[in-house]
Amino acid sequence: MTSIPYNPAFDERSHTYLNIDYGVRSWLLTTDHKRIAILYMLGITFFFFIGGAAAVLIRIELMTPAGDLLSDDTYNKMFTLHGVMMVFFFLIPSIPAVLGNFLIPLMLGARDLAFPRLNLMSWYLYMIGGAIALTALILGGVDTGWTFYTPYSSVYSNGYVVMTIVGIFLAGFSSILTGLNFIVTTHKMRAPGLYWTRLPLFIWSMYATSVMQVLGTPVVAITLTLVAIERLFHVGIFNPAWGGDPILFQHLFWFYSHPAVYIMVLPSMAVVSEIVACFSHQRVYGYIFVAFSSLAIALISFLVWGHHMFVSGQSTYASMIFSILSFMVAIPSAVKVFNWTATLYRGSVDLKTPMLYVLGFIGLFTLGGLTGLFLASIAVDVHVTDTYFIVAHFHYIMVGGAVSAYLGGIHFWWPKMTGKMYPEWWGRFAAFVLFIGFNLTFFPQFILGYLGMPRRYHAYAEEFQVLNVMSTAGASILAVGYLLPFCYLIWSLKYGKTAPANPFGAAGLEWQTTSPPPTLNFESTPIVEDEAYAYDKIEVPYD
Amino acid sequence: MDKQFQWWPPQASNFAPPVDQLYLFLLAVTAFFTLLIFACIVYLALKYRRRRGRRPAPVQTNHLLEITWTAIPFALTLVMFFWASGLFVRMREPPADAMQIDVVAKQWMWKVQHPSGRREIDELHVPLGRPIKLDMTSEAVIHSFFLPAFRTKQDVVPGAYNIEWFTPTRVGEYHLFCAEYCGTQHSKMIGRVVVQTPAEYQAWVAGTGVDEAPAVVGARLFTQFQCNTCHGQRAPTLANLFGSTVKLSDGAAITADDNYLRESILAPRAKIVAGYQPLMPTYAGQLTEEQVMDLIAYIKSLHNQQP
Ligand code: HEC
Ligand code: HEM
Ligand SMILES: [Cu+2]
Ligand SMILES: [Cu+2]
Repeated sequence: MTSIPYNPAFDERSHTYLNIDYGVRSWLLTTDHKRIAILYMLGITFFFFIGGAAAVLIRIELMTPAGDLLSDDTYNKMFTLHGVMMVFFFLIPSIPAVLGNFLIPLMLGARDLAFPRLNLMSWYLYMIGGAIALTALILGGVDTGWTFYTPYSSVYSNGYVVMTIVGIFLAGFSSILTGLNFIVTTHKMRAPGLYWTRLPLFIWSMYATSVMQVLGTPVVAITLTLVAIERLFHVGIFNPAWGGDPILFQHLFWFYSHPAVYIMVLPSMAVVSEIVACFSHQRVYGYIFVAFSSLAIALISFLVWGHHMFVSGQSTYASMIFSILSFMVAIPSAVKVFNWTATLYRGSVDLKTPMLYVLGFIGLFTLGGLTGLFLASIAVDVHVTDTYFIVAHFHYIMVGGAVSAYLGGIHFWWPKMTGKMYPEWWGRFAAFVLFIGFNLTFFPQFILGYLGMPRRYHAYAEEFQVLNVMSTAGASILAVGYLLPFCYLIWSLKYGKTAPANPFGAAGLEWQTTSPPPTLNFESTPIVEDEAYAYDKIEVPYD
Repeated sequence: MDKQFQWWPPQASNFAPPVDQLYLFLLAVTAFFTLLIFACIVYLALKYRRRRGRRPAPVQTNHLLEITWTAIPFALTLVMFFWASGLFVRMREPPADAMQIDVVAKQWMWKVQHPSGRREIDELHVPLGRPIKLDMTSEAVIHSFFLPAFRTKQDVVPGAYNIEWFTPTRVGEYHLFCAEYCGTQHSKMIGRVVVQTPAEYQAWVAGTGVDEAPAVVGARLFTQFQCNTCHGQRAPTLANLFGSTVKLSDGAAITADDNYLRESILAPRAKIVAGYQPLMPTYAGQLTEEQVMDLIAYIKSLHNQQP
């Protein structure tokens, strides 16, 4: 057990990070990592609903084969808006900037991140970036797709490409700075006794993610800047008519954007490890294998970008090398899935809401990952790339996987963040609705893809209608599934039960302090005497 | 083209059956592991569900188990890799006797020209059983020539030639889609591929008879753009050039393929033939993509003739 001297003043909640100060200034100028996490949560929720609104329009349009609801251009702007918002302004910052920000110092037994002011600046960069991208949308939108393929984006598109790029560029810097902050904090601010081998797996995954953000994001920032330069000054970089090379853009873009997939997924794996352990009341099976598979993923995923370019005309041998490396990156992911499942063995499994989300994650991530093998198998990828098969695959990973884990994490740490319990029954119900809605929306898209329906199609052939209608029906269920937690979590802020310090009987330093924690997190620096997940020393909570 | 819903896309080329076989194998692996994980989770979650009075028992990590469940996926992925790559290598190497058809993509249409000269738009007629090689380029942005019934697709990139080949194996009409997002009317950049019996194809291709063969047009362009004023005198002869090995002034050697010829015409300074001066002017901006293809067809037709 970790020893923290008892202090009665703490139990009376005399001062928590939430009530220590009120007023807008105390929030907008805060350097408290917990308050910044809340600011991020507001930001990403806002952008999620903007991206979601675009998805709703897309799905309604696709109910009929004819492109009748929206014009061509509007449709193209909608899927671009959806992709840009969801990837750059929602999913990449989601778990790191909200849960990471809130939890890393708590899990390390620190008072704050290493650079609290930098942390606040990251949030401002992110918000300004988002505002600029949103302005581009209001002025008229962009129609390049979130992938900005050249020379379409750099020469032929009529949208507000440069402005959107500036927005993404700023958000990118925000994530570089956040990554840097996390890395330094993990190295320098661990509590006494918290050796690397005692770190929670959450920290390991966040650490791997941060390294990727710091190494990868500058590449995409520069690449998009080159697009802007070509567009503004007509310098031949990517446009062959001016002596450039359009394929070069794809190499540079995917060099970042493939690892970006793992920037989105590794944090969700971080959350899953914590929740599985807590609700099985068991140490994570194969701790060291799970930890090192995060690092293996971070490393190999920088070497597989060419699997997005199997039909671009890339040399056959280059394609084969990218193919084998892509298969290799699947293996550490499989190892994780097996270990999480094995954690249930001989545990004490409690199917509370966070656990339901996480079990959903494991199932959907497994299917998403296995369909990735189809894409690494080059001859099959030739047929399914740029079809709905791809759309289904990445939604299984990013929505079924990453978003489920994010929601699971939000429920799990909600008592810690707000001091209130979420309503358990509603939580379980929403998790079910999401699981059903998700599969109904995206499973038919695998079949659509193999039948040959290309992605980014505003109008499509008639025989594809049945599956598209199913997908749209699923999407309406999914929409309800997302609105439910949004409503009952807000409700719980006022009417929820007051949360104890450790409602789920979880290991981890963050549960040793009050809910919500005081501004400086701990009364005095905790001293760690145990490995992470010493569940055999914690009472099983029955309720 | 069937307007009814089907579970499986039609199989109409030599690649469709082997790609489908690999796909079925992958489906089987996927189904097995998804169900396995699902079953394990349900079983373990129920068997070890939280009950008063039953304490969880700590479990030691079993290293042998860890190695097993790393090794089995590893072995399976190797099978997938070799199977898929072997098939892919075949997709990338057109047989020598393949019939070449030229494709130029524009925003937003497909322009096709057959060796006899017959042109068509947003349609591709091909004879059953004959290997076909599409030589493709684009005028402005990237497109992708996707034939789902043939299980094949190739990006069509401006500034270069990309090749896609197949042998049609079933008579009928099938979808042609643009699969790479290319702007406003991307989803309207569609058409059909028509597989005909060889006799029908011959009749079709003889068709209206107004279009001249690319090599004939190329020969005329060759004098019109005054290529002949240099080639044969101050410049290297182009006879037997296609497919030969060219020595360059920087000492390198290169095989003269379509992309090399294209570059020699549009960016002559990029590679200089050994022993010659860089005299040749660039024709970029003066020739359309179709005209460049015609000139190349003409150069290819020069076997033991003096240009
Ligand atoms: C002013 C003289 C001149 C004209 C006009 C000219 N060329 Fe050339 N061309 C050259 C010279 C000199 C070379 C060799 C040096 C080099 O590689 O640039 C050459 C090289 C080539 C090559 C590469 C030959 C090899 O052996 O690898 C091709 C193909 C070619 N020209 C095609 C054309 C075509 C087609 C035209 C007309 C559209 C044309 N040229 C017009 C002077 C000319
Ligand atoms: C929650 C997080 C989500 C993320 C991160 C996400 C991400 C993406 C991305 C990156 C694309 C590709 C856009 C492009 O091709 O340019 C996309 C496309 C799409 N998304 Fe989502 N999405 C999410 C949720 C949803 C939801 C909830 C729905 C359904 C209601 C949905 C429906 C679609 C559809 C239909 C497309 C295809 C658009 C097209 O290519 O024409 N997405 N999504
Ligand atoms: Cu990738
Ligand atoms: Cu297109």
